[in-house]
Amino acid sequence: MDYSILQQCMHCGMCLPTCPTYDHTKLERNSPRGRIALMRAVADGAFEMNYAFAGEMSFCLGCLACETACPAGVRYADLFESARADIEQAGLLAQPERTFWRWITLRTLFTHPRLLRWTGLGLRWWQQSGLQDLFRSAGLVRFLPATLRDLEPLAPEVRTAFSDALIPPVLPPQNAPQRFRVALLTGCMQDLILSEVNRDTAGVLAENGCEVVTPALQPCCGSIHAHNGEPALAMQQARRLIDLFDPAGFDAIISNAGGCGSHLKKFSHLLADDPRYAERARAWDSKVKDIHEWLVEIDFRKPTAAGTPTPCRATYHDSCHLCHGQKITSQPRTILRAIPGLELVELPEANWCCGSAGVYNITQPEMASRLKDRKCAHIEQTNCDLVATANPGCHLQLEAGLDSPQSPFVIHPVSLLAAAYRNENP
Amino acid sequence: MSGGGSTSPGAGTHEAPRSASAALRDLQRILPPGSLLTEPIDLIPYSFDGTAALQSRPLAVVLAESTGDVASVIRWARENATPVSTRGSGTGLAGGSVPSAGGLVLCLSRLNRILEVDRPNLCLLAEAGVTTQQIAQTAEAAGLFYPPDPGSMKISTIGGNVANNSGGLRGLKYGVTRDYVMGLEVVLPDGDTVWLGSKCVKDVAGLSLKDLFIGSEGILGVITKVLLKLVPRPASKGSVLATFGSLAEAAEAVSRIIARPVIPCTLEFLDKVTIRAVEDYARVGLPLDAEAVLFMESDGHPAQVREECESMKSIALECRATGVREAHSPAEALDLATARRTAFSALARIRPTTILEDVTVPRDRLAALVTRISAIAAAHNVLVGIFGHFGDGNVHPTFLTDERDAAEMERVHRAIEETIRATLDLGGTITGEHGVGLAKKSFLPMQLGASEMRLLASVKSALDPAGLLNPGKILDLP
Repeated sequence: MDYSILQQCMHCGMCLPTCPTYDHTKLERNSPRGRIALMRAVADGAFEMNYAFAGEMSFCLGCLACETACPAGVRYADLFESARADIEQAGLLAQPERTFWRWITLRTLFTHPRLLRWTGLGLRWWQQSGLQDLFRSAGLVRFLPATLRDLEPLAPEVRTAFSDALIPPVLPPQNAPQRFRVALLTGCMQDLILSEVNRDTAGVLAENGCEVVTPALQPCCGSIHAHNGEPALAMQQARRLIDLFDPAGFDAIISNAGGCGSHLKKFSHLLADDPRYAERARAWDSKVKDIHEWLVEIDFRKPTAAGTPTPCRATYHDSCHLCHGQKITSQPRTILRAIPGLELVELPEANWCCGSAGVYNITQPEMASRLKDRKCAHIEQTNCDLVATANPGCHLQLEAGLDSPQSPFVIHPVSLLAAAYRNENP
Repeated sequence: MSGGGSTSPGAGTHEAPRSASAALRDLQRILPPGSLLTEPIDLIPYSFDGTAALQSRPLAVVLAESTGDVASVIRWARENATPVSTRGSGTGLAGGSVPSAGGLVLCLSRLNRILEVDRPNLCLLAEAGVTTQQIAQTAEAAGLFYPPDPGSMKISTIGGNVANNSGGLRGLKYGVTRDYVMGLEVVLPDGDTVWLGSKCVKDVAGLSLKDLFIGSEGILGVITKVLLKLVPRPASKGSVLATFGSLAEAAEAVSRIIARPVIPCTLEFLDKVTIRAVEDYARVGLPLDAEAVLFMESDGHPAQVREECESMKSIALECRATGVREAHSPAEALDLATARRTAFSALARIRPTTILEDVTVPRDRLAALVTRISAIAAAHNVLVGIFGHFGDGNVHPTFLTDERDAAEMERVHRAIEETIRATLDLGGTITGEHGVGLAKKSFLPMQLGASEMRLLASVKSALDPAGLLNPGKILDLP
């Protein structure tokens, strides 16, 4: 734990009103200031890490709203990630079932992209063969272990084609002379369950004079490892990505998922003590751009056709790690406003966490569902046809909450822009 | 920390004596479930407020949900001779809500209902744990205005504002919290609940006892409800930012504006150190090369606003302002005011420990005070950021240091003591709006003198003879 960051917190309380867990309980321990006080007490030897401390760090969403609110510039994400790593190292939460699931996910699936795709294929077969419906209608779900039973309905619909089937390894610029050469990161979840967002991202880049390089098989960025107390695995994944994409060869390395992007921009911090990678990691950080950030930076071409068949009202939900982690708030709105036929309606509490928060909706279902309901109630009240958001976790969470036929449709801003470009030449 | 010698760091995990744990079981029985906290993980986050370098782990924390809970806690505290420190969001800047040694924290953040907006009588009744921001927004929704706006208003509670008689950026024109309190519900140290004041604009029945509790920092009673006066919303507002090449010129401009007389609603000052810290956080376009800026706002009838803004601009230029600009939009003005509110916290970007003072002088002495503070900081080789509400003479010199560096802390303490003496020499006060608490307790006798200290002690003893409420704050009883 970096004591100088702990000390940076002067407990003024400016973070409290922005913290979703404090807002709910009004207990100091559930606030950023309270959590930092506990971490500092551990560092001072005044308090020993225990099960309750571990539970508190799991209760934190890691939404980083407190970082945006903090005038003193406390890097809460660093504190939070190292606290979670210390907790895992001390084995405070260890129990066989949890260890098993962490091994399956963090150590196996999210470090072996090919295996993850095979799992995706298996899940797709399960969903499309009718077996899932049969399993559900026969009531067999109740024979699953409790953890799986709760998660089963959350299983997202796996796409029939993954990113590698939709995007060529090198996509030349479309309808425009080449201005840039960029790499596209396809992500893990985005690749399996929202691969069309990757396709649209590549398309939009090509329309704006970018040659887009998209290797068919890409390692996970490691954000899931960093956020869940596995820094060594996070470093391993960062090295693999840097090996795959030499930053010197690209004008930009594009991410379209808020959660990944926030982590991808911090490789220099993660690999600061690795003499072989530290310098390349700094170059990497300077090249990583969120898609909205990049499009506005290169002054993207404004579409002349509408993105939707009929004029529509759309609202925008800020992904926490896009707005708090990367401070990107105006660019997605600029893109949405540029689409003919689309009226952008500001969402109340747009930058309040939706409760997805990585794996939070699995580990803390009650709080996650409370936040989902709060978010979806605001969205419904806007009476919009669409809600745009730029992170797969948020995307799924909103889809789960907006489940009536009248509910707004969830979509990535870039998919709307891509549709508008496509509609220019019907 | 200045004068903070009387806190005892929370020793922590040792077992409470048998009688204490039995007493806590009694307390548990008389409170709603979930409102008593006794585990270290719950107590540590309640062992400090917004003041640097002061902490003390409480015996337990109670999250009261009603005035009845508060009265039960006070009666329990009397029976068990346990000190009680009341707090809201813990944003105090003088250690006033740091737990008293071995005592209970009574937290009112769950007493957060607005009970009534009385539009015909221009007033609002709220529980003590409602945030200042909620009060301001509720007033605005009713087409009215609640002017006091302390820096921490997004999270500070109205009960805490009343208990500290908080000020804010609009003090010079609109006054401070006291000027808006029409009535209070208070739980007294004997457990009795009293209502003081009324909705009447004029009311001289008996002594003005509510005034005794405004600014009492939790040593006389527990404020549970507040009746607040609201005023009409000003029709328009103008904001001016003036840049200066020296602190003294900016201070001189303030003195001349007041002497004109123009009473703007806000007249804020930031020095170079503070400008850089605030700009680093808020990115609102403050001039980084300036030695000082004045942020000035006028509100009211559009014609009056126009005239006052022109006066302020021309006086700034007379005082050799290097740049003067008006905010182009209400959003830009709000960004500037919001940025200014973060000044104290933003200074923590520079050094880890920020010791904030709250000295205030008559406004024609401002230039003299600021010049002396700069000289004192230079003489002791310590870093100071100076900002504050210059329009009301209230300055916040903030000493930037590291509490782990004992030698530097010693120099800081000497610089603070000299700043206090300089302030008193100029006819000022040691605290304009933060209160005495623990942080300024040792300086209070220097300002008040023996007779006033005796009077203060006799008021405290008369209301709280057992010394249960927030003992050790403001003054030590013999």
